[in-house]
Amino acid sequence: MNFEYQVEGGDFSHAGSTSSAVKRIMKQLGVDPAIVKRTVVALYEAEVNIVAHAYRGVISVDLDEERIRIVLDDEGPGIPDIGKAMQKGYSTASPAVREMGFGAGMGLPNMQSNMDELKVDSVVGKGTRVEMTNYFVPKNG
Amino acid sequence: MKREEFLRLIKGKVVSGADCEEQDVEHVFASDLMSDVLTIKNADNLLLITGLCNMQTIRTCEMAEVKVVLFVRGKKVTEEMKELAEENEMLLIETDYSMYRCSGILYQAGLPPLY
Repeated sequence: MNFEYQVEGGDFSHAGSTSSAVKRIMKQLGVDPAIVKRTVVALYEAEVNIVAHAYRGVISVDLDEERIRIVLDDEGPGIPDIGKAMQKGYSTASPAVREMGFGAGMGLPNMQSNMDELKVDSVVGKGTRVEMTNYFVPKNG
Repeated sequence: MKREEFLRLIKGKVVSGADCEEQDVEHVFASDLMSDVLTIKNADNLLLITGLCNMQTIRTCEMAEVKVVLFVRGKKVTEEMKELAEENEMLLIETDYSMYRCSGILYQAGLPPLY
């Protein structure tokens, strides 16, 4: 199953609507609630990142019986130092983003702790691609 | 702790979800930082106390499975927030008391912190 969602940068009133839709679909399909929660928490952090930092983005969801794979592609300023961005407490968020309760430098580390696989690629001045996967059954067993 | 009891203690007014399923509160987390709320592993029977009153508060609680939210210092929940909360069967409460005061009262009444 494939789904695609458009996300607008700066549109805080709709930030989270994609995560909400994905949560609904996963619940309807009967995915383990603990995996649903981990996935949508990570997705929501990633979705807020697009709204907070990018001009626009596309979220593609690929779901089958074994796993959910989500790719977030955005057009935006990119991340100059991904290593730094992965560190807890590092943030370049604007005051507006902080007013929304984000921007404490916890997003990427929290995404990592909730997904089985997370890959972040970025080109400064162009945009960022986040690929993340959760498996419904343990990969090794 | 029963809903009626903590509402009485913190002089809370239910503004959304009055008819959603009764749920006892067993522990409390207080934060204005939604990223912090998103790190909560188990939000069963959790009460969130917050001064952050916007759509992202409700979205965050939707993702983190937080079902009871107390807004402090007279913050007013908007209609848009109420709609989203209703879809997710959340109980939203407003109080004029501060975060510190609510935390102190509920702690003293025996509700333990999450961490």
